[in-house]
Amino acid sequence: MAPPGQMAVFPSRNRLLIGSWLTSVRTRFDMTLLLILLLPILFLPAPLVLRHAPRAAVVSALLAPAIIFYLLLQLLPAVLAGQVLLFHYDWIPALGLAVSLRLDALAALFALLISGIGISVIFYAHHYFAGKPDAPRFFAMILGFMMAMLGIVLSENLLFMLVFWEMTSLISFLLIGFYGQKQISRRGARLSLFITGGGGLALLAAILLMGSIVGSFQLSDILAERALLQQHSVFPWILGLFLVGVFTKSAQFPFHLWLPHAMSAPTPVSAYLHSATMVKAGIFLMMRLYPVFSGAEVWFYWVVAIGFMTLLVGSFVAIFMHDMKGLLAYSTISHLGLITLLLGYGSEAALTVAVFHLINHALFKAPLFMMAGSIDKAAGTRDLRQINGLAWHYPWLAVLSFIPTAAMAGLPYLNGYFSKKLFIVESFQSTDSGWLAVLIPALAILGAAFSVGYAIRLFHNTFFNGKPRDIPNWPLPAISGWVYLPLACFAALCLWIGFWPEVLLHQLVQPVVQAAQGNVALTTDFSPYDLAILQQHPWLTTISMLTFAGGLAVYSARKALFAWHAALPTVDAKDIFESRMQWLIARSQQGVHLVENGSLQRYVIYLVLTALVFTSWPLWQLQQWRGELALMPVDAMSAGALILLMVMAISVAVLHRQRLIALLFTGATGLLITVGFARFSAPDLALTQFSVEVMAIFIMMLALSFLPQSSPQEKVRYRAKRDAVVATVAGIGVAVLSFAVMTRPQQSISDYFLANSVPGGGGSNVVNVILVDFRGFDTLGEIAVLAIAALAVFALTRNLRLKGHSPSAEHIDAWHGYAQPYPLILRTLARPLLPMALLVSAYIFLRGHNLPGGGFIAGLITAAALSLQYVACGIRWAQVRMLTQFRPLIGAGLLIAGLTGLGSLLFDHPFLTSWFSYFELPVIGKFELATALLFDLGVYATVVGSTMLILANMGRLMTIHGPGKEIG
Amino acid sequence: MHLMILPVLIPLFAGALLTLLYGLSMRQQRALSLLSILGQLLVALLLMQQALSGDYFFYQLGNWQPPFGIVLVLDQLSAMMLLLLAGLALFSTLYACVGDDRKGAHFHALIQFQLLGLNGAVLTGDLFNLFVFFEILLIASYALLLHGGGRERSRAGLRYVIMNLVGSAFFLIALGVLYGITGTLNMADMAVKVQQLPAADRPLIHAAAALLLVVFGIKGALLPLLFWLPRAYAAAAAPVAALFAVMTKIGIYAMIRVFYLVFGGEDGIHLSLWQWLWPLALATMVIGAIGALGARSLRGLTAWMVIVSVGTLMAAIAEASIPALASALLYLCHSTLLTATFFLLADLVQRYRPGPRDYFVTGARVRHPVLLGALFFTAAVAFAGLPPLSGFISKVWLLSSVTSFWGYAVFWPLLLASSLVIIVALSRAGSALLWRQSKQEPLQAKAPASATSLVVCLLTLSVLFSVLAQPLMTFATSTATQILTTERYLHAIPLGGGL
Repeated sequence: MAPPGQMAVFPSRNRLLIGSWLTSVRTRFDMTLLLILLLPILFLPAPLVLRHAPRAAVVSALLAPAIIFYLLLQLLPAVLAGQVLLFHYDWIPALGLAVSLRLDALAALFALLISGIGISVIFYAHHYFAGKPDAPRFFAMILGFMMAMLGIVLSENLLFMLVFWEMTSLISFLLIGFYGQKQISRRGARLSLFITGGGGLALLAAILLMGSIVGSFQLSDILAERALLQQHSVFPWILGLFLVGVFTKSAQFPFHLWLPHAMSAPTPVSAYLHSATMVKAGIFLMMRLYPVFSGAEVWFYWVVAIGFMTLLVGSFVAIFMHDMKGLLAYSTISHLGLITLLLGYGSEAALTVAVFHLINHALFKAPLFMMAGSIDKAAGTRDLRQINGLAWHYPWLAVLSFIPTAAMAGLPYLNGYFSKKLFIVESFQSTDSGWLAVLIPALAILGAAFSVGYAIRLFHNTFFNGKPRDIPNWPLPAISGWVYLPLACFAALCLWIGFWPEVLLHQLVQPVVQAAQGNVALTTDFSPYDLAILQQHPWLTTISMLTFAGGLAVYSARKALFAWHAALPTVDAKDIFESRMQWLIARSQQGVHLVENGSLQRYVIYLVLTALVFTSWPLWQLQQWRGELALMPVDAMSAGALILLMVMAISVAVLHRQRLIALLFTGATGLLITVGFARFSAPDLALTQFSVEVMAIFIMMLALSFLPQSSPQEKVRYRAKRDAVVATVAGIGVAVLSFAVMTRPQQSISDYFLANSVPGGGGSNVVNVILVDFRGFDTLGEIAVLAIAALAVFALTRNLRLKGHSPSAEHIDAWHGYAQPYPLILRTLARPLLPMALLVSAYIFLRGHNLPGGGFIAGLITAAALSLQYVACGIRWAQVRMLTQFRPLIGAGLLIAGLTGLGSLLFDHPFLTSWFSYFELPVIGKFELATALLFDLGVYATVVGSTMLILANMGRLMTIHGPGKEIG
Repeated sequence: MHLMILPVLIPLFAGALLTLLYGLSMRQQRALSLLSILGQLLVALLLMQQALSGDYFFYQLGNWQPPFGIVLVLDQLSAMMLLLLAGLALFSTLYACVGDDRKGAHFHALIQFQLLGLNGAVLTGDLFNLFVFFEILLIASYALLLHGGGRERSRAGLRYVIMNLVGSAFFLIALGVLYGITGTLNMADMAVKVQQLPAADRPLIHAAAALLLVVFGIKGALLPLLFWLPRAYAAAAAPVAALFAVMTKIGIYAMIRVFYLVFGGEDGIHLSLWQWLWPLALATMVIGAIGALGARSLRGLTAWMVIVSVGTLMAAIAEASIPALASALLYLCHSTLLTATFFLLADLVQRYRPGPRDYFVTGARVRHPVLLGALFFTAAVAFAGLPPLSGFISKVWLLSSVTSFWGYAVFWPLLLASSLVIIVALSRAGSALLWRQSKQEPLQAKAPASATSLVVCLLTLSVLFSVLAQPLMTFATSTATQILTTERYLHAIPLGGGL
């Protein structure tokens, strides 16, 4: 396999090859190719714009294929002479993806078919959609499809080809779902997208693998590396994926299932996409990459086997189809199988016949679809059990349909005659190995007999076979004469080829075969395919008669056969697909629900377990848990406090159902931790923890009043035990981890902070200097968190109505009866407490830089004092006496902190660079001015504003006589 | 010189102003908010231009030298993320201005704070500072998630915030261990210290790194940790969900940044982290596809597609090669844009179908079926990785960059299969929303043209993305190279030393 960095080789390699190609006589750069590719898309808007003028719309839509056809004819002589036209523009060299086009005989043949049949289909569609508003949308899609199809056949870069390959699947999906309001269309469309889309992915994988081996996606490079590819170990994979890709597209067994269900598309679509062009894309690609794959033994077995299966299944099932389009669809499947089979034979002669039959099939199948569409439109049904004896109603249609039908059956002097004969001849010559040499021709004859059978059925049943039965549109309306025009053209072509097959074979097919075999330069001494082989073959006439006899026999036994078929259980692929899909969807919903069921408890246990598994894996390898540091001696006081701490923490978990009690224990735990901080000489932390604890309990008490008094009992008992085990293990894990870390000696950046706090930060309280200076950016972020949380509470509670929790007026009156809402003593005490508390917070704030304290703690103290006023005297009383709203306080706090940091930019220092200096004033003495203080002021304001906003708004929810709608 | 701090300062000041001047009319709020975002976009572009030189740029906050102070780092990866964030924020805020911002208080302030958190997280070079910004973006996203109110949002929000708070606790534990062992918080300094570590202490660092993987896995929606996501994203208001499309990617950004830099190196710890990440990422992809198949609404489907995309991304990152990482970066941008588009599109569908909304049930004919169909189809093609839009390019690149044996054996089939499942799910969605119609009177409701045009713009971006794929891929490759050559980062940063 190529090394990881191999993609880089693509660009250079491409250019090299293109360069050498250009110097060769046989290749030529030609911009016309790009024009051909782009023409449909250039004309695409026209029918949409002209949607109110149907004639103009159809003409504009016709122009694109007509011009393309003309351009191709211009280029054709040179191309058939063996010249290869190229166009190249690098799109994404790093991927090897290039807008690279190539017109050789093979591409030209397909492009001619695409544009030529395109013309007739658009012309036909104009009459098919006459009087309906659907035509412009249809034309636009058909033009889009035409471009995609041209892209497939013209691409020189396989990845670029894939772009169009997928586009055809998508447009086909849209066109099958053209009448999306019908369930049958939707299901058919989705089935087809599932199969062809999946095939596209397989093809993508195959192409990427080929590209990684060859080092380029350019066709000429890949074709040149046949040996390299075939000998590579992943070649079977490539071949398998490739075949899945092309077989899905070309409706080969067992992927053919989508094609019959694609028939819910409008008939012009069936004629164009699902018989003449798109389903041939897979065939085209097999021909395009023929030199790479053919000759491999796997190729022969798989392609021949699948081709035969398809041929037989298609032609056999076609006989039983009562739906005209269904019959044609299965017939198409069988013909595609036939062509595939010929490609599988691997000889040049078989390839020639394949190409020849491909042309013939396109020429006789398109008019048959048009015939079916016209009858469907006229009669309102296409059920062959109802449609009978139409020859007397539409004699011209009968005559014009006879020729393609007969061609399909292989009657002499028609194009199908030769392709079918040649097919049988090739089947005789395909292999020499024992039983296969007998089996293959036998099966070929069987297939041919079936196809005669369904051809007879189609024609005889439609135009003869008694009188029409229960036709919805009775009497039958006339069919527009214009519809006969494309039919007549196709019939003429069928006849012409039937009379002069050599012209087509030698002038067109032969160069195509050469091109498909990768012979860039035409070998001058190639032996033209000799039709004399047909005369020389000993049993051919007999076999021919045999197939016709067989076909007739099948048709005449139709009553019995239909009865047998009707007795079979009906299988509808798209319904099966749909029910399988529904089953799968239901299963996936169930499966997802097993894990994603909305249970937070479950999500958290996944989380904790994942963390446990992830961390215990490496920790298993830890040799030594205890580090080198000596442990401190344990005194009785500390030990007691620690045990108490543990008891309290466990109590929270055990008593969690009594929410108030659990909350009290939580508070007590926090206070004990505060004591711990104080014990280990961290007064700042102790102060912060203490004030945070007070406010947090306060807020949580408030929140608790909205919640039930106790949590519901755990329904499943084992869950509590499971959770307890997991929590205990996780807790012990964290403890052990902490122990391992804290017993290890550490050299950290904190030494730097200790050393630089006074000289660099201008404060002797290192903790505060870290908060407002060394890591002031973190603090700025943290106060933003606080501010956001407050805004979130505000936004959440603004329009909140808690059902059953807003106390009603009677409720409050009743409550007043036994308790004073605002106790006198509390009121009396709270008011004088406020100025004192403010003084304390001012003190704490100001000294913070040098002694324990700071903006955060001061803010919390202020908030505590203020909230006491709310508790003591009620929201309305307090609110009207507040000097400021809370939100501006928050915003101002953030701004002060931010602008302080911004100030340093004026002095060309980075954001948040601090400044301090010492001054001497007569009365006050020496004092310090520091920007850090200003920053801390921002912190203070934000903390006060946020805490109060949260408290006041949560409190507001409980009162019905609060001050208006919003607080803060 | 001070350009680098602006992505943090602009939203901070805008948010603070919107809080301070809370009485501003909605028009003024919108103007201020959009002005701020445009400013961020401009700065992101300038920073990108700066970063394209391939150098590292450092900004020492408070003029303290790293590792003692906090440092912001600009390289191509952070510039890319900034640009992505600003672009996405522009679209989702513009979309919110169609009317969603009126459904709750302080939408614009919260969006600004959210951006503060996001921008800060992608710029910082300090692990604790990353934690702080994670907190900011968590709390802001929680507030935004609840924007508009309602039972479903409150429920989903609770799961979201609690999972992430537990994650924050784990983040702190991991930080504690890392600081306890290495004595530093700066990522680069920590990387140096980790490399000098005695082998006996390695398992501790390893455990902390694994814990960080859990933390980033919650943010990034890695398999056993992702279940908060589908309902939360499906419940969020459309512009919020669109912005959230990038939130999971922040978790992935953090993985790329922290694991490659701090735990990278020759036989770095990151290699064993990738061993965990790779299978879980693939499993994430699978469950995402399963969830997408079973989705009942377009928003739900999109939420699961977010999961598929992050699974794909993380699997590619775990390949730990330059091409795989580069293609992952491209895929990151593509999938973020597309999932955001889908959230907005789902909102469009809801506006067109007031009754059945975006649920996959039969409804009456919508007013502009062709327009809505075209938008849905294009978006679906782009997301499902079908040509010729951005999804195809990034998928092809992903596939051709993942060239290990296990990549071929497992990643390829799973990626292709998940593509197929996505195709099936999207075709089912489109068929139900746009084709399956009841015979009732056609619906008259329609979405405002401004909302539709925003979706069109986003889809145009997807088209441009594939047209201009070559320069983007060149950029992604050089970014991936920059990420993987951590020595240059360590060399470039002016670490104060001695201690």
